Amino acid sequence: MERRSWREVADQLFRGGHRIEARGAFLSGSATVDGTAISVVGTTDHATIDAEMALRIASAILRVVREAPGRPILILVDTNGPSLRHRDELLGINTYMAHLAKCVEMARRFGHHIVSLIYDRALSGGFIASGMMADLCFALPQAEIRVMNIRAMAQVTKIARERLERLSRSSPVLAPGAENYFKMGAVDEIWSGDIGAHLAAALRQAVGPDQRASRGLERGGRHLAGPVAQKVRWYGRDRTIPATCDRQG
Amino acid sequence: MIVPRTSYVEATARRRVEAVLDHDSFWEFLPPEERVTSPHLSQLDLPVAFDDGVVVGGGTVQGRRVLLAAQEGAFMGGAVGEVHGAKLTGLFARAVDERPDAVVLLLESGGVRLHEANAGLIAVSEIIRALLAARGRGIRVLAVIGGGVGCFGGMGIVARCCDAVIMLEEGRLGMSGPEVIEMAGGVEELDSRDKALVWRTFGGKHRYLLGDCEYLVEDDVAAIRESIHQALEAASGFELEQLEAEHALLEKRLRELAHLHDAIDMWRALGLPDPDTLPMLDLARFTPIAHRARSFWKGEG
Repeated sequence: MERRSWREVADQLFRGGHRIEARGAFLSGSATVDGTAISVVGTTDHATIDAEMALRIASAILRVVREAPGRPILILVDTNGPSLRHRDELLGINTYMAHLAKCVEMARRFGHHIVSLIYDRALSGGFIASGMMADLCFALPQAEIRVMNIRAMAQVTKIARERLERLSRSSPVLAPGAENYFKMGAVDEIWSGDIGAHLAAALRQAVGPDQRASRGLERGGRHLAGPVAQKVRWYGRDRTIPATCDRQG
Repeated sequence: MIVPRTSYVEATARRRVEAVLDHDSFWEFLPPEERVTSPHLSQLDLPVAFDDGVVVGGGTVQGRRVLLAAQEGAFMGGAVGEVHGAKLTGLFARAVDERPDAVVLLLESGGVRLHEANAGLIAVSEIIRALLAARGRGIRVLAVIGGGVGCFGGMGIVARCCDAVIMLEEGRLGMSGPEVIEMAGGVEELDSRDKALVWRTFGGKHRYLLGDCEYLVEDDVAAIRESIHQALEAASGFELEQLEAEHALLEKRLRELAHLHDAIDMWRALGLPDPDTLPMLDLARFTPIAHRARSFWKGEG
């Protein structure tokens, strides 16, 4: 399947036009969906997320919270993951990533509906702090979603590459790709056809607490995440006694 | 009377839990007898652990009610797989129900367990979401970092999502560990065998000077318990104003330090005297000097 540039994707998402700009690998702007203004942030060119980039995305999100209360946010994901440079570790890049994740969470708390779309690549840490923080996460069919490539995985785990490759053909846990993340519940839908209509529908969808574990169970991709979390939550307690606080998750 | 120190760094996760909590106060959720193990390791012919490398439960610290988790660095480097992650996520959901005085995380982890790649990545994301949702409901979350593996990858992000981080001088905190940096950029980027370089990049002292941990303590369980106690008393919260203040601080950090390439140059830029001697100082002598860095970040500019 052909890769699409952010521009092609944006043109298809927003047929009525948009005001999204790229500055380097950073994307930001606004557009209209069904007559409703939305804010767009994201990255392109398989962006490496260094401390500056994480802070830039965080700035854009905080600006929306301050200046456009309640406006939905679309995160366009194309990232190679965190910068692997010494200088970024010196600066505490994990803190910048955590800050970005907290900003997305804060936007959620302020009532912003947050949707992410993986239109190209989503690798590990860059994805966790942004796209995976959204209420709903979507992917184009050709999206490449993974932790790291099989070669590096083999090097770190000291398991033969051939063996990992063979296993990854049958195991959704090891193999990259949108379909596997769908099965495991981390991707809500894979969009094909009229992606503008899909986005409009996504923005109308009601959202609640993190549903990924239960979706992973329904779809047969992750059997234990949900049940184990529930067991820990209720272990040794009587489920029939109402909790003192309202329930979540 | 001289009370012998109890080392935290050398202890197992279970021993750490017992030592940090008040005597006999620990109650484990899903103990090893329940045999909840990873479903993904057998296809790689790898052994499982009956707690999947993380102990979760409840107890008290100086009488204050906490929920607590401890990662076991000796099992797959404390890395997060599906079950391991779900235990942490479930603990935060429980915290929202039970409203303890804090959730305390004794972290030691290389991040996502690559043997469960995708499931591990999603699990870390679920931990972050559950942690921040709990904080949004007023639950205080504290991290303690010490131990041979350090705290890296997604768990490095988790640590910095907490209200406060307590680090041992021997602790290490970051995103990509030294071996990963060297693998990606070569030995010129970072020589992972250069211990002094690794410590001054990831170690407790540098993190404390940057403000990435609130407490820097000796390898002594009593000191950790005291820091937890202090952190329980400190002002805390997760509101927009605090996030904006953090944002300004992180902007300032880039302005002041992003052009520098070694921790020692950064400490010099913070106005610390004789920065090259700092790695050798014991905490009693280091702490007063470090306060200058803390006031640097609080100052205007």
